[in-house]
Amino acid sequence: MKYLCLIYEDESIWATMPKADSDRMMADYGALTGDLRTSGKLVAGEALQATTTATTVKVRSGKTLTTDGPFAETKEQLGGFYLVDAKDLNDAIQIAARIPSAKTGSIEVRPIMNFG
Amino acid sequence: MTDATTQVREIVESTYRSDSRRVLATLVRLLHDFDLAEEALHDAFVAAMDRWSVEGIPANPRAWLVSVGRFKAIDQLRRRATFDSKQAELKYEIEKGPDPDERASDEDGITDDRLRLIFTCCHPAIAMDAQVALTLRTVGGLTTEEIANAFLLPAPTLAQRIVRAKNKIRDARIPYEIPAPSELAERLDAVLAVVYLIFNEGYAATVGDTLTRADLCGEAIRLGRLLVELLPEPDAVGLLALMLLHDSRRPARTSSDGSAVLLEDQDRSLWDRAMISEGIDLTQRALASRRCGPYTIQAAISAVHSEAVSSSATDWTQIIALYDVLMRLQPSPVVELNRAVAVAMGEGEERGLALIDSLMGNGELSDYYLAHSARGALLGRLGRRDEAIAAYCTARDLTDGPQRRFLVGRIAALRSEPGRS
Repeated sequence: MKYLCLIYEDESIWATMPKADSDRMMADYGALTGDLRTSGKLVAGEALQATTTATTVKVRSGKTLTTDGPFAETKEQLGGFYLVDAKDLNDAIQIAARIPSAKTGSIEVRPIMNFG
Repeated sequence: MTDATTQVREIVESTYRSDSRRVLATLVRLLHDFDLAEEALHDAFVAAMDRWSVEGIPANPRAWLVSVGRFKAIDQLRRRATFDSKQAELKYEIEKGPDPDERASDEDGITDDRLRLIFTCCHPAIAMDAQVALTLRTVGGLTTEEIANAFLLPAPTLAQRIVRAKNKIRDARIPYEIPAPSELAERLDAVLAVVYLIFNEGYAATVGDTLTRADLCGEAIRLGRLLVELLPEPDAVGLLALMLLHDSRRPARTSSDGSAVLLEDQDRSLWDRAMISEGIDLTQRALASRRCGPYTIQAAISAVHSEAVSSSATDWTQIIALYDVLMRLQPSPVVELNRAVAVAMGEGEERGLALIDSLMGNGELSDYYLAHSARGALLGRLGRRDEAIAAYCTARDLTDGPQRRFLVGRIAALRSEPGRS
């Protein structure tokens, strides 16, 4: 079953993080991605640029409304995701717990809808 | 009705009481579906009522019920008009039957499916209130109406919680399994929390309240026993001990007018000795493991009270030492308050009061009626009558029911005393 692990964290921490820490964080992400790929559980995974680059789009009465910024202003922002193929929720929770940002931010685990 | 039919009916009914949860747990494993398993369980018992009087009582009634339940579920799936691919897959798996290994382990009792059921119902990915409802419904076998009555909620609200939990299990694919050893400690904590919450819901209400609520204590103890039987981890043993020791005092906790009676004022001859002795044995067993958790320490504190013939004869030094351990395991302002009360009893009111005052200085317990009530009691003993009345009044305004009646009584008693302060 596929699960989307949404990575939420305070994106401002990256700006102030000492280089040694951010290097370690990136190395940890690299190791996790490698492990997931080897085990065949990785479907996709990406990091997102900061919410300052976000644009929110709505269509109302046929008109496209475009605004600067994320959909909602929150203390933690969506910073990236892994789409994984896990055995069950416990398996997905274990993967989520290994995401480096779980230590400072939060990971939301959502099962993918199956229309089959 | 013939005697033979009556006899079969009695056997079926007693089998239902003793084995229905275990049969249900196995059916959930085989059918991967809570609702289908519940229907199959019902159908299997209906079939038993018809067939056992003709065919005789099977040698292994539980295996018979599982097998008949499984076939009834297959029939049920066949009858369903819309037969989507998911059901076809499910039907295939059901017809395939359990693999031989699983069957063997179930029969020699190495694994009991009820443990899977408990861990699934108490999965932390399910909302706590829904975990409680689902556990009482499926593991405890209570009806939705019984659970709703016990929690003083409308039945549809309870039913909704159970549906929500079942849907989450199905849609997010929460596995039906006992957690791996690496996760066991954390997951067991979640199970123990559910059982203790059920107990406390009943315990907080038993004082002068209706019997249906008191039944929750009995139900929690039953779940605790089952857990200890299936997975005798030290803190599960400790939790069972704690519940037994607390519940042993139920007859002494309320006065005839329905107000609460403090531990120090209880008639200790009313305490249930059998429960106390079982609770103390279990506490010692858990303590002996040397890896006990907060429930065991709380049970040990309760055991010290149970062993004392009176409040003044209580070994307060030991109780204070146990609270110190509890503070390390599970620090909280409430634990600190309880420790302060023990200090007041063991080392003098002034010392206890000073601890409570500094604790309340942090503001965390300002809405907690027991903190004000404890202050009132200590101030009263120290002869500071007006301050005691003020503290009791604050406590009174923060609570209701038997506790409030108790506080109103205290205030009246203090006011009628000749002034000393």
